[in-house]
Amino acid sequence: MTDLNKLTLADARDKLRAKEITSVELTESCLAAVEKSGELNAFVHNTPEIALTQAKAADARLAEGDAPAMCGLPIGVKDLFCTKGVPSQAASRILEGFLPEYESTVTQNLFDAGSVMLGKLNMDEFAMGSSNETSVYGNAVNPWRRGNDDAKLTPGGSSGGSAAAVAADICLAATGTDTGGSIRQPAAFTGIVGIKPTYGRCSRWGVVAFASSLDQAGPMTKSVRDAAIMLEAMAGHDAKDSTSAELAVPNFEAMLTGDIKGKKIGIPKEYRMDGMPAEIVKLWEDGTAMLKAAGAEIVDISLPHTKYALPAYYVIAPAEASSNLARYDGVRYGHRATLAQGDGITEMYEKTRAEGFGHEVKNRVMIGTYVLSAGFYDAYYNRARRVRALIKKDFDDVFAAGVDAILTPATPSAAFGLGEMNDADPVKMYLNDVFTVTVNLAGLPGISVPTGMDSQGLPLGLQLIGRPWEEGDLLNTAYALENAAGFVAKPSQWW
Amino acid sequence: MSIDKDTAARVAKLARIKVEEDALPALAEEFNTILGFIEQLNEVDVEGVEPMTSVTPQKLKRRVDVVSDGDQQDKVLANAPDAREGFFAVPKVVE
Repeated sequence: MTDLNKLTLADARDKLRAKEITSVELTESCLAAVEKSGELNAFVHNTPEIALTQAKAADARLAEGDAPAMCGLPIGVKDLFCTKGVPSQAASRILEGFLPEYESTVTQNLFDAGSVMLGKLNMDEFAMGSSNETSVYGNAVNPWRRGNDDAKLTPGGSSGGSAAAVAADICLAATGTDTGGSIRQPAAFTGIVGIKPTYGRCSRWGVVAFASSLDQAGPMTKSVRDAAIMLEAMAGHDAKDSTSAELAVPNFEAMLTGDIKGKKIGIPKEYRMDGMPAEIVKLWEDGTAMLKAAGAEIVDISLPHTKYALPAYYVIAPAEASSNLARYDGVRYGHRATLAQGDGITEMYEKTRAEGFGHEVKNRVMIGTYVLSAGFYDAYYNRARRVRALIKKDFDDVFAAGVDAILTPATPSAAFGLGEMNDADPVKMYLNDVFTVTVNLAGLPGISVPTGMDSQGLPLGLQLIGRPWEEGDLLNTAYALENAAGFVAKPSQWW
Repeated sequence: MSIDKDTAARVAKLARIKVEEDALPALAEEFNTILGFIEQLNEVDVEGVEPMTSVTPQKLKRRVDVVSDGDQQDKVLANAPDAREGFFAVPKVVE
């Protein structure tokens, strides 16, 4: 059988268990795809030796009939996850050469479940960006193109390498992280599925921190079923992350019945932004009609503080980042600047951080420093945290009124060209996350599902937002939407 | 609220990021764009609203105050740019 790399996690799992294929065959197929994918710049540190060792071990387990959920399935890992002995740089120069002495809990969980790691994936530096253009490795490239136009498009960000790799069938699935939309926006830009679980569902231990009260890891996959399988393997309580929830992880896959009869789906009026492209409006209306046809009850809802989510985010996230990124000082790990005669420790900090951080990261660290500084803490930081409480209350009220899930567009547009936003002010780039960032501020689960194409042949996605800890129900609604939309298009291979 | 060159320089200093003198005006301008965007928060009535500390209603767990890890000096120092004799080495701190 050829093209094993094109399989979904579920199909590959079934073939492995039926002994139709081996994990080594599957892994070799993916490694060959990695070799050919240079132009996409998705994989930035390849680990073929680790992959083949893990694949052989998986085959041995499969032969013994001891096959856990992800046994023998090759995946890619976002560069934000610390992986023992393998470069883990958060796509930053300041972590050049850093080789973790430990494994992140999420990757350890995936390995315990039998996963095979093909390598590390490109991303925006420290997960700060929406186009994968802030990476020290250079841009990741979207496998999708506008018709016959060979202009390179962004795969979105910050999990751009993960999205590009899964959409291009280089790996079966990938890990992502999402602080303001970094799983869901790239998933939408590349026609794949991405879920950000409830805050606390996946351990943050060993994941390079950006904004700790918002960061969550999640899977990026080719189908909703795959998202259910992989999320279950990633999730779970971890004593090493004090915000990790002490809750049992359900069997998410078993909850995929596709039956959503009687479910209440909310359509928030505040998400109908001025100047929203007609294609996005239609996508949203079509998705609403699909859920209705599947038996759901559609209700109009209001989330009145939506407009203030992005400004609140751009206080809270940089504030937390300025604190988290204080650790990069050239003392304990990573880059240290070459010093001039007579330079003391302050010069070392300042030069190291100036050389090690890219433009966007420096700006966010400094904005965060400003909003936390004496005299501005109340006016900016505390006000933003109050607004955040109101944003969460908006969702609490809607769920208390019986709404099961909320349907919105995932992004305000399809993927844009790399470099197209270079001259735009930073706020314009931030608007990419206008539909996703509310979910992080409220700590809720959100999933992006591909449901249509724009007139140029690029994929578009819808977002479903669920109740806290009810990822199973959310995945089932997403499954019904996926079935109804029947999105099966793939990018044609040019790389 | 408008940020001038001197404020930009002060923020860079607080953040321990070296910014060249000639880059300060552009930096101040970028700050002003972002802060202008953030100013919208002033429209919201937050009277009586507590600042959010935890997005999920959970108390931080306590654990027994005992040593649970240690004796890993070589691992701790393995990634240091400059480690000597079991210590992190840095430029002179005190004159």
